Amino acid sequence: MKDTAKDYSHIKGWGVDADPKNDPTYPMKHRNDGEQAGYSWERPPQQPTTVEVLHSIERPNVTAVFGTSTPPSGLSGMIRRIAFKDSESSYGHWLPLMLADRVNMVEGVLDDLMHGHVPNIVGELGWKAEWKHNRTKLVRRVLVRVALVSTAVAYLRSRRDDS
Amino acid sequence: MLAMSYRGPLRVRIDHKPMPEILHPQDAIVRVTRSCICGSDLHLYNGDVPDTRVGMTFGHEFTGVVEQLGEEVQKLKIGDHVLVPFNIACGKCVFCQQELYGNCHESNPEATAVGGIFGYSHTAGGYNGGQAEYVRVPYADVGPTVIPDGMDVDDAVLLTDVVPTGYQAAEMGGIQRGDTVVVFGAGPVGIMAARCAWLFGAGRVIVIDHVDYRLDFVKKYAPCEAYNFRSLEDPVVFIKRTTDSLGADVCIDAVGAEAAGNAMQTLLGRKLLLQGGSATALHWAINSVKKGGIVSIVGVYGPINTLVPIGNVVNKGITIRANQASVKRLLPRLIEHVQNGTLDPKALITHHIPLEEVSDAYRIFSAKLDQCIKPVLMPPSARM
Ligand SMILES: NC(=O)c1ccc[n+]([C@@H]2O[C@H](COP(=O)([O-])OP(=O)(O)OC[C@H]3O[C@@H](n4cnc5c(N)ncnc54)[C@H](O)[C@@H]3O)[C@@H](O)[C@H]2O)c1
Ligand SMILES: [Zn+2]
Ligand SMILES: [Zn+2]
Repeated sequence: MKDTAKDYSHIKGWGVDADPKNDPTYPMKHRNDGEQAGYSWERPPQQPTTVEVLHSIERPNVTAVFGTSTPPSGLSGMIRRIAFKDSESSYGHWLPLMLADRVNMVEGVLDDLMHGHVPNIVGELGWKAEWKHNRTKLVRRVLVRVALVSTAVAYLRSRRDDS
Repeated sequence: MLAMSYRGPLRVRIDHKPMPEILHPQDAIVRVTRSCICGSDLHLYNGDVPDTRVGMTFGHEFTGVVEQLGEEVQKLKIGDHVLVPFNIACGKCVFCQQELYGNCHESNPEATAVGGIFGYSHTAGGYNGGQAEYVRVPYADVGPTVIPDGMDVDDAVLLTDVVPTGYQAAEMGGIQRGDTVVVFGAGPVGIMAARCAWLFGAGRVIVIDHVDYRLDFVKKYAPCEAYNFRSLEDPVVFIKRTTDSLGADVCIDAVGAEAAGNAMQTLLGRKLLLQGGSATALHWAINSVKKGGIVSIVGVYGPINTLVPIGNVVNKGITIRANQASVKRLLPRLIEHVQNGTLDPKALITHHIPLEEVSDAYRIFSAKLDQCIKPVLMPPSARM
């Protein structure tokens, strides 16, 4: 407990929550009678299952409430269903989910096109903000990419001419 | 209604979506008045979090006015202006009973490791979030808290996550009077953690980041020492040197999965996604803390394996404490701190951006453009 002689008066609230008993601290749990009782609490009412909900195999049921934002669908949905056959401890769960996310991204673009909407990808990427606040770097990045692509194209052309 | 929609890594936009509905007797529907973008949203935005589905609406830090109530809700009434903690918690399960509100067992079917979080992928329950005009709020009697009279809504919205998370980061450090505390990360959470370290009686507070404008801000706001790790040869050696070669008493990781500063961690954790993120700041925290010291982690990582020097945790006898912030547990004390002026959260807000410009808002926060610290999205009805 050194340094307490120092002057901390310029720091508003210094030490107001100091507590020698705060070690060990949260999240040491507040033990209560429920501790050994297992999964026995009075559950909240169950939200009706109006959409497909995948649940972790590490629990017996769907939780009393759940989100309904984007139920599994399409090819990505099929991959997600397979992923949920494995536990949260397994790469067999998480890696297929990551794959499904990437597939889902393509499905998103196709879905846009099918609805007659061409996604404004530059807008979605927020390049307007880059243009406003970071113009030189943005321009440099675009120029570097254009240069790389044109060099590659020129190289491939020259190879084709050679053969 | 207007709502943010995730389209894939780095791509988000505003869409028209159906209004949310009451799906459970303890639900409320809230008309959003403020909705922040958080460092946690960047993990989703970058495509790092498994089971982040296209079309989902993000947003777990919001305030709003109660518009509809399920039949079992008792504590709220229509018209109440509430702040909504980011954790979805039932209040009944054994974990909620132990005040582990971030670890509720009745709000996230998809994963058991974390409770439900608004707008945070299906790995946190699949809920649409508050970056929208309206949002469904489950367990409305447990989390939502009426904004006290006279409190600025900008302060209230930061009580949904940033303030409790920063405070809990300091609290979990078990800080004792005179302790040297190092905070990695000068984002909103790290800034608040540094500020709160003093409340627990820290003797010295040091913040490490590599974004100069944020370091300048925290130096004045906390107030504290602040260093750019790009100008330090080795941040661990720097901290040892400045602490009598012993290390800090407490180190706080307020960076999480998006950490910069180590090429291998960046490659494995951010580019190839073969780890639950880049654990550079956590690595530094473990190696900079004193033997027998405490590492407090609030930085968020993905669910898969992540490389950390666990051998040093054993050999140094370090205690690690970590969790999602238990917002409801901390609210009474933190509301007091805001009301009596001890804490000034709204000073962190640098940008109020119309909800319709959500793509640009994400880019500004993510790329740290325009000296951004904390951006708040404003739905049309809140701008009138
Ligand atoms: N546990 C919780 O309840 C909880 C709640 C909110 C946020 N979080 C997490 O806290 C973290 C910070 O959130 P934020 O909103 O402040 O995010 P942010 O992205 O604004 O801030 C992170 C900061 O870390 C800096 N940084 C990057 N690499 C670093 C390194 N190696 N060392 C030091 N600093 C480094 C960045 O420059 C940035 O300023 C995120 O991981 C977020 O998910 C956790
Ligand atoms: Zn947050
Ligand atoms: Zn619960």
